[in-house]
Amino acid sequence: MFFILITGLLLGGTYALIAMGLNLQYGVARIMNLANGEMLVAGGFAAFWVYTAGQVSPIAALLVVAPLAFVVNWLIYRIMLRPLVKRAKSRGALEVDSILATFGLSFALVGIMTWAFGGGYFNYSYLSGRLDIFGSSYAQNRVVAFSIASLIAAALWLWLSYTRAGLRMRAVAVSPESARLVGIDVPAVSALAFGLGGAVTASGGALISMFFTLDASVGVLFTMKALIIVIMGGVGDIRGTIVAALILGVAETFVARVIDPGLTLAAAYVLFLGILLFRPQGLFGKKPT
Amino acid sequence: MSMRDLRNLFLAALALGLVALLPLYDTGYILSIATTMAMFTVLATSWALFSGPTHYISLATAAFFGLGTFVTGLGFQTLPMWVLPIIAAGLGAVLAALVGLVTLRLSGVYFVIFTLGLAELVRQVVTWVQNRTGQRGMYVLTSITERDIYWQLIGMAALVFLVGWLIARSRLGFALRIIGNDETVAKHSGIDTAAAKVLLFMISGAVAAVVGAMMAPRYIYIEPSTAFAPILSFQVVIMALLGGTGRLWGPLAGVIPFTLLWEFISRNAPNQTLLLLGIAFLVIVYVLPGGFVGLYERLRHRFGSGGH
Repeated sequence: MFFILITGLLLGGTYALIAMGLNLQYGVARIMNLANGEMLVAGGFAAFWVYTAGQVSPIAALLVVAPLAFVVNWLIYRIMLRPLVKRAKSRGALEVDSILATFGLSFALVGIMTWAFGGGYFNYSYLSGRLDIFGSSYAQNRVVAFSIASLIAAALWLWLSYTRAGLRMRAVAVSPESARLVGIDVPAVSALAFGLGGAVTASGGALISMFFTLDASVGVLFTMKALIIVIMGGVGDIRGTIVAALILGVAETFVARVIDPGLTLAAAYVLFLGILLFRPQGLFGKKPT
Repeated sequence: MSMRDLRNLFLAALALGLVALLPLYDTGYILSIATTMAMFTVLATSWALFSGPTHYISLATAAFFGLGTFVTGLGFQTLPMWVLPIIAAGLGAVLAALVGLVTLRLSGVYFVIFTLGLAELVRQVVTWVQNRTGQRGMYVLTSITERDIYWQLIGMAALVFLVGWLIARSRLGFALRIIGNDETVAKHSGIDTAAAKVLLFMISGAVAAVVGAMMAPRYIYIEPSTAFAPILSFQVVIMALLGGTGRLWGPLAGVIPFTLLWEFISRNAPNQTLLLLGIAFLVIVYVLPGGFVGLYERLRHRFGSGGH
């Protein structure tokens, strides 16, 4: 039981990082990015490639993956998504447009990645030894991935809470219209948030690839999980995202160990259903008035 | 009913009658493509009945479709064939009602996300049940030929067009158009928005399940990973949006070219079908908002022949 709890928390920590990336994109830039999982897989691919080709550790690869993902996502926002924001008459219209556009992006990315890397699974062996914690042993790579994910998440949280740039971002998340009135350049902040979100998610992908076998088409599964976490934690709520990710990690591990490993999505759906029925505003969200 | 309605009804019936004659001309490759087109016509038109006016993007088609194929797969030996689509319709409507009751009272994003994973969820549960009971895939060996399936689908298409036509003229259709334009206004004018949306979603879910039940004999071998393949949901969405959901005939205008294109790509470059899906989505958003129907209406407006 204790073993399941720890394994689940380790997994949940990495989920938290991915979901924080999506939450930045949806909460601040108002883009429901359904290509988020593909960004994760691309990050994983990069780490895999760097490791097998040059024996560079995936952790060092983050130094390249994160800035690269930032630039790519920033460009995606500026070129593809900004025109949609401009032409949208309402938030609903923007949602439909951005869902369709990012679906298109997601399929195109899967198509390109399948074409470039083939449709097979890929994994590599890095830090595959065991580590003993409280009498049970855990895979070293999971523990390391969790620690780095926590570090990045903590840094992001501090940045959002205590810097002026972070404050601007939170202001846009609360209300783009009012943010504009106090002199915040909303399009620039949105593009920054979208790029940052992509960088965070791709870093999560590089970390996950250390212990998880990925393939070109697995992205949508992670998109799904990240979406469920974001909704569970509440849009724009970092604390909620972390708690929800840990809950999902534990629930999935529990179902995989005790019932059937093929039912992990069902576990996520049970949580999702509970949230939709009882707390659609998120775990810590206030009821809209 | 005006003269114009009568004329349209007559023309539609005539066109349908002509289409139904196709198997007399060819029972090979052309019929096979025509059957696929008929299937997507029914699926995309019924999808557009719900998603067109409300702008709620449903990705659940594959879940309903898979449910239908399993009804046929499990029941074709013990029950008469004509009962199966009815059972499938019932189950599809129940599943749609459950999903709708949970998600449709909330904003559209929740609905999209929930339906996105629904096919995969049902697949996982069905696989799990099969593993528990030691069952694997099943063979659906019947005397039903592709020609029979084609006629069943044409009949279904006629039914869906008729239902869509009736809904558009009914109070329900009017309510849905108001919901699509502004949900707050709809609520304030006393429309039970959740009930209207759930009802329409049930119709569309039931139709997709019936199509699944009808198509099952074509696949011969049914297993969860093929029956619930999520790609079907996306194909339906693309075809409906490519054609345009503003008119009843819109999805049909998307189904025909896209089925041909899909057929061509999957024959010549089978690995590029996903790229095609992606590009099609992007084209719809950036080049053809409103689909072919939107384009047609813009052109008609520009050249003034429609009397706008």
